[in-house]
Amino acid sequence: MNKFIHSVQLDEEACTGCINCIKYCPTQAIRVHNGKASITPEFCIDCGRCLRYCPHHAQTVSYDSIRDIRDYRYTVALPAPSLYAQFNNLKNIDIVLNALLSIGFNDVFEVSAAAELVSEASRAYIREHMEDAPFISTSCPAVIRLIRVKFPTLIPRLLPIKPPIEIAAEIARKRAVKKTGYAPEKIGIFFISPCPSKVAYVKSPLGIEKSSVDKVLAIKDVYPALLEHMTDDESRLKPLASSGRIGIGWNNAGGEAAGLITDNYLACDGIMSTLRVLSDLEDEKFHGLKFVELNACDGGCVGGPLNVENPYIAIAKTKKLNRILPVARTHSNDMEDLKDIDYRWNECIEYEPVFRLGESFRESLEMMGLVEELTEQLPGLDCGSCGAPTCRALAEDIVRGEATRNDCIYIFHEYIGSLSKEISFLTRSLNLSCSNNDDSIHLLEDYIQKLTTELSKKER
Amino acid sequence: MEELLTFNYTIPGDDFTRAGEASSSVKNKLKKMGLDSNTIRKVSIAMYEGEINMVIHADGGTITVEISSEKIRMILADTGPGIADIDKAMENGYSTAPEEVRSLGFGAGMGLPNMKKYTDYMNIDSTVGVGTTVTMDVRL
Ligand SMILES: Nc1ncnc2c1ncn2[C@@H]1O[C@H](COP(=O)(O)OP(=O)(O)OP(=O)(O)O)[C@@H](O)[C@H]1O
Ligand code: SF4
Ligand SMILES: [Mg+2]
Repeated sequence: MNKFIHSVQLDEEACTGCINCIKYCPTQAIRVHNGKASITPEFCIDCGRCLRYCPHHAQTVSYDSIRDIRDYRYTVALPAPSLYAQFNNLKNIDIVLNALLSIGFNDVFEVSAAAELVSEASRAYIREHMEDAPFISTSCPAVIRLIRVKFPTLIPRLLPIKPPIEIAAEIARKRAVKKTGYAPEKIGIFFISPCPSKVAYVKSPLGIEKSSVDKVLAIKDVYPALLEHMTDDESRLKPLASSGRIGIGWNNAGGEAAGLITDNYLACDGIMSTLRVLSDLEDEKFHGLKFVELNACDGGCVGGPLNVENPYIAIAKTKKLNRILPVARTHSNDMEDLKDIDYRWNECIEYEPVFRLGESFRESLEMMGLVEELTEQLPGLDCGSCGAPTCRALAEDIVRGEATRNDCIYIFHEYIGSLSKEISFLTRSLNLSCSNNDDSIHLLEDYIQKLTTELSKKER
Repeated sequence: MEELLTFNYTIPGDDFTRAGEASSSVKNKLKKMGLDSNTIRKVSIAMYEGEINMVIHADGGTITVEISSEKIRMILADTGPGIADIDKAMENGYSTAPEEVRSLGFGAGMGLPNMKKYTDYMNIDSTVGVGTTVTMDVRL
């Protein structure tokens, strides 16, 4: 299975080559060459940060269409808890869940209900493995991908528990099979996602071999479809909701940690802050921590780029909704079919040293020496005109053979200057040695002279 | 023995917001060189402790990191107050860190012992009133 399947993609036509995005990518995965941006698949973690900064909306997310429900005999929608935070004054989750049935799904299973089970399983796991703490949450796939390529020493700290979307999908399929008698593959499990990283997770999962989710839809696509079908006439609502504050709280930063009921945790949101926390965690700068919750998006999952609502308003709405909800409504000992769920990962995450310069240490060391030398020679402006986010990144690209010194416009500028000076000198000597002084040589000389002065004027 | 690559850093004194920049820069470079993660961790932790000590106790200094195919050598030199009793400074829990530094979570007196623990060789050369040079090696 390809470990680097992505949902974040570039729309070549929309891309103007403006270099806005290259500076914002936390793994420096984007380069602009020949007027078009491209993403290095091994470096990209599908965090979606570039989506927010592209003024031309050239970064897009590939996900599925609601029309795909026709491909299945029976479909179950798995709404992410962020979905509830998109609506104004939502007083009853059943309004949203019933609307999902109205737009064509046969059944729903809340990811927030599965989150309550995952909270329970995580509490038990941490209690039994206290000596290996602190554990790092594994519900944000972008964070796992980041650790996988950049923080090898932290891989053993990853909490080896399946994320709520996976548990939700497993339960949903099992229940659907039981209810309908259809073969499992005739049942379509549709996750409604707040972010691209969960789309990528379904295509190329982490910690398990294959995801039970079949299709992923974007909240921003489903939201307008739901609006038409929402009714608060309680008599017409089927009671479907089965999650409480703990499960729904997973939609924002700190929610997962709160479900663990421990004080010794750290919750961090935003990919740049996450990078800093991981680096400090690697250097053992925190003491006594049991759990580290990391969210790639600002504000947590409600900050995912496939949401509609502003993340901070979404958090406020979640708080308001949570006031009327019980603490938790789904427990593993509630029902027979919840008792035998296997929460544990069954595949290891392996370090992917994609940022390594050479094949061996020796080779990498030499290449690093060249990178240092080249970085010294570059102007150090980090202007991005070369298509790389920093001068050092260009130096690395050059050493890797993916760019040349002349990609730097300042070096190129100097180069052109020296070239034209040479040509000028050449034509002058041509002039002196030749007796047939025709006009074209004069003209050429004048032109080159002009070019040289123009270029040297620009030199600072 | 041949020395293959050298990095030099100047550590400003009394700027806690920048303390750790040098060690994290070295860490990132070592990762790009494909060193095994345990070695990187040792270098990074030892160098960070030394860097912080220079900021807290010695008003900054310089750090030189030399990488060869055999080892990584870190030389941390400052012109601070020096250490009067090195053996005592090496004891777990010994610290002269002032109160305002302790309130930031430093001053447990564990820096030097950890530097020793995470490296294969460590030497402190210090003269009161002149300065301190700490040399540490992590073998590859
Ligand atoms: N570069 C230095 N210059 C002068 N004194 C130093 C230097 N490095 C360490 N010391 C002295 O040695 C003592 C012990 O250092 P150590 O790093 O073990 O503990 P600490 O810095 O006080 O606390 P911690 O490192 O746990 O935050 C310091 O309190 C200080 O008195
Ligand atoms: S999704 Fe994130 S990691 Fe991938 S290119 Fe965009 S900003 Fe970089
Ligand atoms: Mg110290």
